[in-house]
Amino acid sequence: MTAVIVASFLYVPAIPGFGATGETARIIIYHVPAAWLAVLAYLVATIYSVAYLLSRDSGHDRRAVVNAELGTVFCILATVTGAIWSRAAWGMYWNWDPRQTSIAVLLLIYAAYFVLRSAISDVVRRARLSAVYAILAFVTVPFLVFVVPRTFPSLHPDLGADGSRVSAMSPEVLVVFVASLICFTGLYLWLQNIQVRLHDLQARRLLERGNTSWGS
Amino acid sequence: MSLRRLNLGTKPLSWHRKCIAVLQKDLRLEFRTRYAFGALIMFAVTTLVAISFSLAGGMADTDIAAALLWIIFFFSAMTGVSRAFVQEEETGTAIALKMAADPAPVFLGKFLFNAALLISIAVLVVPLYLVMFNLSVAIVGGFLLTVLLGVVGLAAAGTILSAIAAQSAVKGSLLTVLSLPIVLPLLIGATSATRTALSGSNPGSIMTYISMLLFYNGSVIAASLLLFEYVWHE
Repeated sequence: MTAVIVASFLYVPAIPGFGATGETARIIIYHVPAAWLAVLAYLVATIYSVAYLLSRDSGHDRRAVVNAELGTVFCILATVTGAIWSRAAWGMYWNWDPRQTSIAVLLLIYAAYFVLRSAISDVVRRARLSAVYAILAFVTVPFLVFVVPRTFPSLHPDLGADGSRVSAMSPEVLVVFVASLICFTGLYLWLQNIQVRLHDLQARRLLERGNTSWGS
Repeated sequence: MSLRRLNLGTKPLSWHRKCIAVLQKDLRLEFRTRYAFGALIMFAVTTLVAISFSLAGGMADTDIAAALLWIIFFFSAMTGVSRAFVQEEETGTAIALKMAADPAPVFLGKFLFNAALLISIAVLVVPLYLVMFNLSVAIVGGFLLTVLLGVVGLAAAGTILSAIAAQSAVKGSLLTVLSLPIVLPLLIGATSATRTALSGSNPGSIMTYISMLLFYNGSVIAASLLLFEYVWHE
């Protein structure tokens, strides 16, 4: 990961055509993986939500929450880096470009998910209802990610439908970009692993404490 | 409720009869007090009057006018739609309803009720809106279709979300928080379609927006039908 950060500034040459000096395009190395992970984390959280509803195993619910938390972090990163780039490239932080709208709505979905969880005190009911909500919100995500950007004109430099933009990158950029993608994903998996183990331990401790609470 | 009118007999009801039974029950309850309907009308009229008064006449800008219509519909929906389930919880009839019918007919009945409620609100609000803001509609069919589809979509999303919110502690405000991310694609599509229909510019694009609304409604209704069972039964 450190190598990626260093390389993104020293190794990757400025891409001509992006902004005055071409420097602004470097952000693609951070912004795209963050956005990609925000959506991926949400997908994984939805899968765990479905698993929870089918099996009622609270472990699935814990994993869904962990993924939602991580997804929120990456979503915030993606939104902020996007806004910074937007300021550099187009002169304003936020102008409701369709892609910006979609990432903002994803952030809203995450926020609403946590608000829902905090509003229900019964643990089982909380798990069940937040699982339903995650799945319902997921149904609207394809609209945001695929339909809206194609229906409304967007200034966002888009990955062509066949990934043409990726192949249009110069080799140095491509290498660092793919490396960054891999590193971000690795970071996500590692964080997920740690968080899931933490949550599982907490749940187990609660269970054990519950058994002996009258004694202590 | 007259049993004879419903033709219940003693045999178990079919799926669509249960749905109609739930719908009739809610309609009948609503006609007694007209609580939700009155609240929605008051909300919509107050908003329209306040803005129209401060603008002292017409609103030339169709962008803002289109957005305003859907703001009114969205918040009206938030106010009115929650009644369907919160009242069940409050009056204690929720358990009886759970025993009486499967989740899918209950959802459909409540959804149709909310759709009917919102459509009746729309019928009253839209002429008032056009009059107060001095707007003329360029594409009438498209405009009406947009309003219909948008309002039905709001009813669908609102029904299942109010079922979720009714089981939580903070019922009212939670519904608005939960529905905003889910309803936003609908609002975007509806606002754009309304803007196109009002101004008449770029008329070909309205079919894109209307088909987007159609697909959105279809996916939300399908997802709600599948998921409602998990919301309804513990």
